[in-house]
Amino acid sequence: MSETDKTSKLDVALHVVRTGHGQDFELKVEFIADAGITILFGPSGSGKSTILQAVAGLYKPSKGHIRLGDELWSEGDAGRFVPPEKRGVAYLFQSLALFPHMTAIHNVCYGMGRKVSKAEREEKAHALLKRVGVDHLAKRKPQTFSGGEAQRVALARALATNPKVLLLDEPFSALDRELRVQLARLVVELVQELEIPALQVTHNHGEAAAMGSRILKMRSGKIIEDGRPEEILGGRKAFQDIGKTPMPELLPRTVKE
Amino acid sequence: MNWDPLWLSYKVATIATLLSFVLGVGIATFLSQTRFRGRELVDALVTVPMVMPPTVLGYYVLTAVGKNSWLGQTYESLTGGHIAFSVVGCVIAAFVGSVPLVIKSARSALERVDPTVVQAARTLGASPLRAYLTVQLPLAAPGIAAGVMLAFARALGDFGVTVMVAGSIPGQTQTAALYVYEQVAKQAPAGAMVAVLTATAIFVLYTVNSLGRRSDMRFG
Repeated sequence: MSETDKTSKLDVALHVVRTGHGQDFELKVEFIADAGITILFGPSGSGKSTILQAVAGLYKPSKGHIRLGDELWSEGDAGRFVPPEKRGVAYLFQSLALFPHMTAIHNVCYGMGRKVSKAEREEKAHALLKRVGVDHLAKRKPQTFSGGEAQRVALARALATNPKVLLLDEPFSALDRELRVQLARLVVELVQELEIPALQVTHNHGEAAAMGSRILKMRSGKIIEDGRPEEILGGRKAFQDIGKTPMPELLPRTVKE
Repeated sequence: MNWDPLWLSYKVATIATLLSFVLGVGIATFLSQTRFRGRELVDALVTVPMVMPPTVLGYYVLTAVGKNSWLGQTYESLTGGHIAFSVVGCVIAAFVGSVPLVIKSARSALERVDPTVVQAARTLGASPLRAYLTVQLPLAAPGIAAGVMLAFARALGDFGVTVMVAGSIPGQTQTAALYVYEQVAKQAPAGAMVAVLTATAIFVLYTVNSLGRRSDMRFG
């Protein structure tokens, strides 16, 4: 029995034309993402982040549609448009975008519904911080966090909303290798637990190979290759990028069959 | 030394600053959250009092609120009094000179907030209003507070607009700045009043600088 039947597939079809800066940019992509991490892989300027913003609802595409299961989130210029706060998308920004004026616990509580009591929210936030290994930071504010700590808090905050889709925009670009491997493993585990579609933007070969269950290789606004990491990125060579230990051992990817 | 003009100045400046704060932050919010043709023209129109000769500004205000103006007559029919050459005139004079300072600093503080932080709030389920009230506004608060302090100093020190709109009626509309002028014109002592106004200005600037440091720390 396939487990992915329980989760909604993310159906993305975008056609975006941006003029200006002396050069027109055209993004034209279509894909359907299953549960698991789909990597948007390619050089900067290939339109990867635009896709994430459109899925999150931070940007309204003029043509195309975005669907999650049977929910229509966005349809062309005049059609339906669900605002970001109604989508249930967790977005891990490259800058992390933690709220600098709130403690870690309040950052995590921010996205929880108001239906449950404050005590319950804080209890759940504590559990999440613990899950990502930073519950000791609960009462501290972001400016005192290290890069890896901030990353973990941002991850806990993103997951606190029980998201239906997870979006990761080069989430580990500011971290050293050691931390990158630890966090990559954590994200892979969490996405497996949640069984939701996740889109991750990266131009790091090792990260793409180690974390993705599918790679969409992009260039100049188009998907030029689509397949499993080993098909797209080649064999073991790719796995050496992220650390000395071979990635398959660090990140046992359970293949669902 | 007659200290009444100083108390009048503090009272007028406090009310004018409150008005500047509410309306200034409102206008700054509108200018920073919306995109429309002519937005910068609106910004220029509401902040031009900062760079206009005070007497010219005073002329406009007097035209707008004078006895025969629509505003002046409406006010008269409601209260029986006049705006021009009254304490209300002092407040309006101080307000028009100071509100641009709040608009400028609040707009820049609101726009300096990292947009991804506001977007993060939205993806976490916050409506545009909630994201503004709980994230963008608190993060812009030090910058807004600095603008409000400057507005207070400007309101306290206004001369040109006040003299045009409210005159310099001793015991009624004569504020501290006008009193200093009159004392000097009469060759009477003004040093103590000058000292107090200077000390207030220095205190305000010192506070503004401290707020600036705090906001740098926060962003930085």
